[in-house]
Amino acid sequence: MPLGGVIFIAIFVAVFGIVILFAASRFGTRKYDPVKFESYECGIPVQEKKDTKISVKFYLTAILFILFDIEIIFMYPWATTFRDFIKSGNGGYVFFSMLIFIAIFIFGLFWEVKSKALEWE
Amino acid sequence: MGHDIFEISINAIKLIVVFLLIVQAVPVLVWLERRGSAFIQNRLGPNRIGPFGLLQLAADAVKFFFKEEFVPANAVKLLYYAAPVIALIPATLAFAAIPLGQPVQWNEYLFRLQGYEINVGIVFVLAVSSLAPYSILIAGWGSGNKYALMGALRASAQVISYELALGLSIVGMILIYGTFNLTEMIQAQQAPLSYSLLGFTLPLNFLPAWGIFYQPLGAIIFFAASFAESNRLPFDLAEGEAELVAGFHIEYGGFKMLLFFIGEYGHMIVASALMVLFYFGGYAIPGISLADLNQWTADHTASANAASLLAGLLTFVCFFIKLSIFLWIFIQVRWTLPRFRYDQLMDLGWKTMLPWALFNTVLTATFVYLAHL
Repeated sequence: MPLGGVIFIAIFVAVFGIVILFAASRFGTRKYDPVKFESYECGIPVQEKKDTKISVKFYLTAILFILFDIEIIFMYPWATTFRDFIKSGNGGYVFFSMLIFIAIFIFGLFWEVKSKALEWE
Repeated sequence: MGHDIFEISINAIKLIVVFLLIVQAVPVLVWLERRGSAFIQNRLGPNRIGPFGLLQLAADAVKFFFKEEFVPANAVKLLYYAAPVIALIPATLAFAAIPLGQPVQWNEYLFRLQGYEINVGIVFVLAVSSLAPYSILIAGWGSGNKYALMGALRASAQVISYELALGLSIVGMILIYGTFNLTEMIQAQQAPLSYSLLGFTLPLNFLPAWGIFYQPLGAIIFFAASFAESNRLPFDLAEGEAELVAGFHIEYGGFKMLLFFIGEYGHMIVASALMVLFYFGGYAIPGISLADLNQWTADHTASANAASLLAGLLTFVCFFIKLSIFLWIFIQVRWTLPRFRYDQLMDLGWKTMLPWALFNTVLTATFVYLAHL
């Protein structure tokens, strides 16, 4: 695992971005005007606070994503080793146990749709 | 010790070149997108500066440099500045893991045409590119603007929803090739195509054994989901000009905006490269197997080093031709399809693409089981 390369390029890209932002901030004119630095609003004075209310659906989507993503991650090692299991004669056992797992997955998805967790209006 | 330093410096230069490849591809893609969209919409597009308007890129870069530095009064300064820098990292890390050509053997030194060779390439690319919502969320929160926050939330909800379908559509691919390694995957796509089931074999020697012929459904799901992952139309709800004005980057301008652009186009490049790798034979030239290619270059050059170098260059060019075809599809789709509504988008991700990807997995597993029984 070339961890050094990954860390090197991540730091290099970050430094590249910081340098370019700093260089760009040195050029160009600057004129101060209080109205210019207000948050963008559609032509009216700013009225929203920063901690604005957010639909709870976003949290729900994130939680459901984590549940399903973990289930999908379990399929990855199964998929890589499936052929070796077939060769060693255990293919049927591995295949049907994964079918049971997928059935539970489908049941979860079905239940989620049924309970209207995915309805956006 | 001297050998180690040589290897480390070669690898460092290689990684920087990979990053610069992405950075310099962005202005070209922007130009292509503006010209292409103009022709699709019956206009001319930028054509004044330089031949075919190609120097427009240079003019834009200079203009970006002389833009005024701007931080909105409500912004959280650190987050506001960190977001565009973070946007660069995931796409670069993912692209560096992708093999761009056949490795070059120069005497005893093996030069790989990729940033770093990772044994679990697929998992690494997926893991790294799923870090993209962080920069969007940081930008949305740091701007201190309700449009930016809404755009960021929508974008991250969309990206994580389509991540499920994307991850599942690859399981079928892994079942067929039985490996996470990207290079081994390309090697597995070299033989001529043949379907075998229950002792019967149907050889189709005129076609290569590309993934698209084994996984047509998976390919479609993967490609559609990668549009959503890279926030491109028809899934660009994050930006949604009509209702959110510009989405998460509404308070950004100048070079900060440009860095977001590089990140977004970087994701597009990574998605196209993965499409080529998984389903279209990677860097192999269609109709010529890698063994034949190596034989041909060995016959036409003086030394083994030169032959290896020539083969590496030819496969590299081939990879980029395939890559640019997919990049063009990305651009063409953007300018010909309208945008989804948000509830339709979520329905498509959760209730259509996820079940179909599951079906694809079960189907592939059944066929693999029957074929190897």
